Amino acid sequence: MLDRSAKLTATGVVIEYWLGRSRTIFTAVDGVDLVVRPGEFLAIVGPSGCGKTTFLNAVDGLLPISRGSLSLDGREIKRPGPDRAMVFQQPGLLPWRTVLGNVMFGVEAQRTMSRRDAESRARQQIELVGLIGFENAYPLELSGGMQQRVNLARALLTDPEMLLLDEPFAALDAQTREMMQLELLKIWSKTRKTALFITHDIKEAIYLADRVIVFTRRPGRVKKVVEIGLSRPRDLRIKRDPQFLTYEDEIWESIQEELAVPAERLIAGVPAA
Amino acid sequence: MSIKEADAVMPVTAGDTDPQREKRSVVRPSRIKQYEPVVIGTLSVIFVLTVWQLVANARIMPVLFLPGPTDVSQAFVKLFQTDEIWLDISTSAQEMGIGYGMAIVIGLAIGLGMGWYTRFQYAMDPFVNFFYSTPRIVLIPLFIIWFGIDMPSKIAVIFLGALFPIIINTMAGVRNTEAALLRVARSFGASDALIFRRVVLPGSVPFILTGFRLGIGHALTGVVVAELIAARHGVGQLIAIAGQTFQTPKMLAGVILIAGTGMLLTTILQRIENRFQAWRPQIRR
Repeated sequence: MLDRSAKLTATGVVIEYWLGRSRTIFTAVDGVDLVVRPGEFLAIVGPSGCGKTTFLNAVDGLLPISRGSLSLDGREIKRPGPDRAMVFQQPGLLPWRTVLGNVMFGVEAQRTMSRRDAESRARQQIELVGLIGFENAYPLELSGGMQQRVNLARALLTDPEMLLLDEPFAALDAQTREMMQLELLKIWSKTRKTALFITHDIKEAIYLADRVIVFTRRPGRVKKVVEIGLSRPRDLRIKRDPQFLTYEDEIWESIQEELAVPAERLIAGVPAA
Repeated sequence: MSIKEADAVMPVTAGDTDPQREKRSVVRPSRIKQYEPVVIGTLSVIFVLTVWQLVANARIMPVLFLPGPTDVSQAFVKLFQTDEIWLDISTSAQEMGIGYGMAIVIGLAIGLGMGWYTRFQYAMDPFVNFFYSTPRIVLIPLFIIWFGIDMPSKIAVIFLGALFPIIINTMAGVRNTEAALLRVARSFGASDALIFRRVVLPGSVPFILTGFRLGIGHALTGVVVAELIAARHGVGQLIAIAGQTFQTPKMLAGVILIAGTGMLLTTILQRIENRFQAWRPQIRR
């Protein structure tokens, strides 16, 4: 049942792995079904440790899935590929390379672009993420927010079919985070890349996304899907809109239920980690 | 698109001469503070030399037991008036150059191999640990049997001395590659070869250079000790003979020659290390 209107299709995705040296299998994700539509901004929220980052890693191809299927544009995902690009929670910049060199690293690794092309297009991306004048700065000379801009530019330069974002603003201070959300939306509205955004911040999810998916506690499953009917472009003030607050309440309640689940149900079959 | 002000603040690194940044009102470390290490170091050396000279001048002990700095420097000058010294220096320098050069090439290869291939590390670990914890000097008699008392036996000692610090540091450099960087590289589909060349190797450079620097100390010890035991020429041999014939000032002159060489080479390597860490903002107290 191939859904032609889907960019990413996940059907019954189960992700399990061996826990360190112990002889127990750890189920991080247990039967996720979801569809990401082309051009959609989808956010996944869930209590911490619910397997949402694990799921994203599987979409990126960094982690194999145990059961189910995961496909992008009808092609099964087996390993990382140039059709996906990840923006990591930790910027992961090469400290000995300048901003320009770091932005170029993604396409360099993929070998999809000549050096000259890469450089001129990297400069455009640097402009897009607002880092003009910092091309020759080293990562350790940059603030956390600026490092994440480089992280984003590196992913955008590879021109992926789908942008994967793993809590990219989680380590930033509250004000910088809000500014980065605003800028991310501006950049996204220019490129309209299909985006899958992982976060534990409910407001962030609602503000950014077209749809918000709530994961259950570990092992993660889709608990709830909330369509966000807020019009775009969105201003930061929209976060105080009554409609916004209704969504927030709804999602918060859903997560709250998960946090209140008795411990026995959570560890069924799995010794406490 | 505007960058938030808090976002745009950049730490200004010391010793930066970019004129654009100079205009900003950033407190620079004062000149005096900058030269403090050199000034204090020099003063302390002068002080110790003075005390040494005064004690020696009092002649409580004969020159044989306690020569003063002037005696040693006279011996140093006299040393360089002979022709033999040049033969000694060139002998030791060649031994050092060949032995240390081989240690760099082979140590780097083995260290990178051990860092990158876990199984190779498992295979090599017992030997590396064995040799690293053995004073390699005790092998000198064996090397003399194998290679004779001329250069090759000295080269072997120097090579083994410098080899292990280089192997161990190089391996540590490869192993210390940040997991986050590897994940990023894998996520972008980088090949193993590309990860090695563009991520692991550049990240290991500071460790590798530290290995080279530590290797110099071991190599110099190797030169001197190997020549002390048996040699025809060399600075170590010069020290040994001067010591055995009670020419203490000459002996100390030889020691200074070795120590000076060590300090010079170490400083050069330290400079190179600093150069390769230009991306690290300088930390000053």
